[in-house]
Amino acid sequence: MNETIPQLLNYDEPSLDAAFATLADEVRAETFSPRDAEAFRLHWLGRKQGRLKLISDAWLKSAPADARKPLGIRFNQLKQQIEVALAAAVAAPPAASAKAGLDITLPGSVRAPGIPHPLLKTMNEIVAVFHDLGYSTALGPQVESDFYNFEALNFPPNHPARDTQDTLLLAGQQARPSRDRLLMRTHTSPVQIRSMIAQAPPIRIVVPGKVHRNDAADATHSPVFHQVEGLCVDTGITFSDLKGTLDHAMKALFGSSVKTRFFPSFFPFTEPSADVQISCIFCAGAGCRRCKHSGWIELLGCGMVDPTVFSSVTEERRKLNPAADAYNPAKISGFAFGMGVERIAMVQHGISDIGQFYSGDMRFLEQFA
Amino acid sequence: MNILSNWLRSYVHGITADDRQLAEDLTLRGIAVEGVHDLGLGNGHLFEMDITTNRVDAMNHYGIAREAATIYNLPLAPLDTALPAAQPAPNPFSVQIAPEAQSLCGRFTARVLRNVTITPSTGQVAGFFALLGSKPISNAVDASNFVLQGMGHPTHAFDLDKIDGGIVVRLAHKGERLKLLDGSERTLEADDLVIADHTKALSIAGVMGGWDSMITAETKNILVEAAWFDPVSIRRSSRRHGLHTDASHRFERGADLNACPVANALVAELILQSGGAPEGELVDVIVPSVAARTANRHPIALSLRQVRRHLGTTLDDQPGQSALTADLVRQVLTALGCTLTEAATNGLQPITSNQQQTTFSVQLPSWRLDLEREIDLVEEVARVYGYNRFANTLPTALPVIAHPLAAAESAVRARLLALGYSEAISSSFASEADGAAFVTTNRNQQSTPHGLIALENPLSDEARLLRPSLAPGMLTMLAHNLNRDVREVRLFEQGTIFTGSAEQVVESPSLSLGLTGDLPPTRLHNAKDAAVFELKSVIESLLSLFAASVDALSTSAASALAFSPDAPAWLQPGRSATALLNGAPIACFGELVANQREARKLRQPVFLAVLDLDALYRLPLRRAAARELSRFQAVERDFSFTFADAVQWRTIAQAIAALAIPELTRLTPVEIFRDAKTASAPAASVAPAGHYALLLRCVFQSTQRTLREDELSEWSTRLIAALSALGGTIRT
Ligand SMILES: [Zn+2]
Repeated sequence: MNETIPQLLNYDEPSLDAAFATLADEVRAETFSPRDAEAFRLHWLGRKQGRLKLISDAWLKSAPADARKPLGIRFNQLKQQIEVALAAAVAAPPAASAKAGLDITLPGSVRAPGIPHPLLKTMNEIVAVFHDLGYSTALGPQVESDFYNFEALNFPPNHPARDTQDTLLLAGQQARPSRDRLLMRTHTSPVQIRSMIAQAPPIRIVVPGKVHRNDAADATHSPVFHQVEGLCVDTGITFSDLKGTLDHAMKALFGSSVKTRFFPSFFPFTEPSADVQISCIFCAGAGCRRCKHSGWIELLGCGMVDPTVFSSVTEERRKLNPAADAYNPAKISGFAFGMGVERIAMVQHGISDIGQFYSGDMRFLEQFA
Repeated sequence: MNILSNWLRSYVHGITADDRQLAEDLTLRGIAVEGVHDLGLGNGHLFEMDITTNRVDAMNHYGIAREAATIYNLPLAPLDTALPAAQPAPNPFSVQIAPEAQSLCGRFTARVLRNVTITPSTGQVAGFFALLGSKPISNAVDASNFVLQGMGHPTHAFDLDKIDGGIVVRLAHKGERLKLLDGSERTLEADDLVIADHTKALSIAGVMGGWDSMITAETKNILVEAAWFDPVSIRRSSRRHGLHTDASHRFERGADLNACPVANALVAELILQSGGAPEGELVDVIVPSVAARTANRHPIALSLRQVRRHLGTTLDDQPGQSALTADLVRQVLTALGCTLTEAATNGLQPITSNQQQTTFSVQLPSWRLDLEREIDLVEEVARVYGYNRFANTLPTALPVIAHPLAAAESAVRARLLALGYSEAISSSFASEADGAAFVTTNRNQQSTPHGLIALENPLSDEARLLRPSLAPGMLTMLAHNLNRDVREVRLFEQGTIFTGSAEQVVESPSLSLGLTGDLPPTRLHNAKDAAVFELKSVIESLLSLFAASVDALSTSAASALAFSPDAPAWLQPGRSATALLNGAPIACFGELVANQREARKLRQPVFLAVLDLDALYRLPLRRAAARELSRFQAVERDFSFTFADAVQWRTIAQAIAALAIPELTRLTPVEIFRDAKTASAPAASVAPAGHYALLLRCVFQSTQRTLREDELSEWSTRLIAALSALGGTIRT
């Protein structure tokens, strides 16, 4: 090593500080692996030809007497710095600094966490939006009686409205009164009735759940599917409240630029009834494949609670308390809404086959990791 | 149902909107146009309609034209007819409604047409049929169909010469037989309403005509029927005979009693265009009691206050002034066919003083049987005004009450996801074979029935039952993956299972875990057993979320959790277990039994667990409690022992626990060695045949002081003695 020995012209304190700062930088700049640690040590601390020894010999030789002590202190500090650097290099695990020792391009090894089901994730998101609007979760059974699923919701026996909801019936019901016959609930709406019978207004509930219909499975139909239902009953609830609530909820779910559009529709348990469309979240209304080039996507059904439903509830409540009048339609009003979770999740994620939700196919689920 | 825009426009003149705008305007008023198809120059468009079940009045061109007239505030053309002069009849044609049928047939009109010519349709009928893609049959048959599509009322044309005497509307005789237009022979029930002559049934009323009296090329004389039938009766017959016809579809939704003479005349007019003449006047039999509850209902009251109370705020409202005015209500409802008179609610009040008090008495149109209450009229106002002209307002929010199970459910879900299990949803149904094989019989349900729940109308043989267990569904999902070469699968399902009886169904929350894959061995388990132990630790991890004390020494007598080698028959004996919480089974897990695996053609072993969430959720979620951490050094001591295979870990752990050394804070089996190839390499054996070597780690720590060497060696000595007493040999 034929490095030059730096010259020291002045021995005043600022000159000494400047000279030693240059040397300290030199030490810091010299990076080395543990394998090179010994070479580094010899270079700086070698007993005969070490750079520290050479410099100290040269500078001390020509130093005035009163500069020897400040020089000695500074040489000791520099030596400590070199020793600390050496100790750190030796303590570091070899692999971490062996530049060529590890193929960091190999995959990592931790087991991936499980994947939340995209359908249930969407359902939980919808429910959370309504929690934020002051709705509490209510749940109900999947096996329901004809009364809760149909009669109390103004689907009289033998009424054509029942044709729209092909129903899976439980065996062994023929001998029972028609209102007690058990079936798989075709919608989450029976929970409206159960909640109102149990509790006086005001009501704000959101009802997530599984429902069943006697529908053959195809790409967009499944005999099992999920709904989220909502019910708001209070004094002074209006159709414009229904509009505002669902407009707010759709914006919370799909983004603030989403627009809603309401169409008259028919459900036996609401009046007026409406279908709700949102502006297409993919093309912002311009028209694309996902919205069938209409610019709109139909997402839910809703309406003001039909007074007949309040009458059914009152009739049941009067079996417990003959004076019950909390659901007098002259005093209160309300709205209800319901949406198919599968449909919303399919729109959100561009899923074309509803059956994939129930297959447990890891290749399908891994897309949502 | 399809609608021609040109046909519709023939009833409302002056619509300036083009067909696409018309379609959108109708759709926004609830008369949904699902598709618009261009029919070429001059032919207008074909609208594919989706009319809701309550709006039978709009299931035809005239009804939709009425909606268009209401939207655009234009006049609706009347349905005028001009028939040739009638020949005198010797006697009026005889029509009787039997007493027992009076409530089911509210009106029956009949007209005799003589010397008609049966010929292909021409003119407007042929033209519109061609655009609709309807198959023309003959002028007489097409006339009925044309009127149905035009103004919505079903009619029927009989070959008059096949009618014996006259018409009798009556209930069928039980067992009476009738051959229908579709060629089928039907056996009638005593509550089927029929149109009969003096000797035989001619048709099932409102459902389908009969074969013997149908119009043929030879027909010379015709009887045109237009009648009104009771919706419930028609629906019953239609369903019983599996005959859903255009006529039954309309009658069962409520037809217009007043439309009968109009429809009859329209059909007669079309048939007579090819020759012939009516004979006698229209025979029109009306049952007054039916008319009173349909066409001639009492007026209902509608108050403006109620309109505003239900509908709320519109975008057009001015401060202190709702856009929902009395004038608006009057205009909308009048256009729809209602007759409004302002009820004098308070004779002293001038009409203009307070519109809010306005109350109308509304006479309902005969074709709108769906309108019967004030709220129905409120809906009509909102519908025609336009839903999207209402403002978006928000009701006040209420405080949210958390569902009692929500926290537990989401804790279980989050834990399983963190452990690498993905969430799945399987079918709610099970086959009878799977139901019998997988029903869990060891649940604590002595008080309630726990039989299988069958469906009356299952979707398939594979779905006859409501699932009594999540296991078959999980197996189906594992098989789905294996069949697609996905060979490492971890799934869970939180779902409902169904047991009980036909009178009382018990729905219980349950959890299933499914695991298959090439798991590496661990220091304690060989590869073959690793999956069983993974499931065990998942179950322990879940239980540890709840108040159950699943402490580190889970094998100690004080622990609430124990594992028994007994398991249901669908798990492989010896490779499965039941987890008992406070002595009651809460979960079972292990490898699927061989015969089930073979039956499902699974290419590799699969492992399942089911856990009773109902029992788990009865426990509160564990509230974490911190303890003081010791400031003193912990000391680790390893021991290596050889034991006979019969000595289980629980026995070892219990023997050590029995030493009651409070400073022994942790006891871990670190590694188990077994010599797989004992026979071939006895010299290298780590443990003799029938034995295993166990590396055991003890951690000693005191919260009070630093441990001394002499007490550590005393504990080691006691520990070695205890394990030697179990037949263990310490290795050096
Ligand atoms: Zn789009």
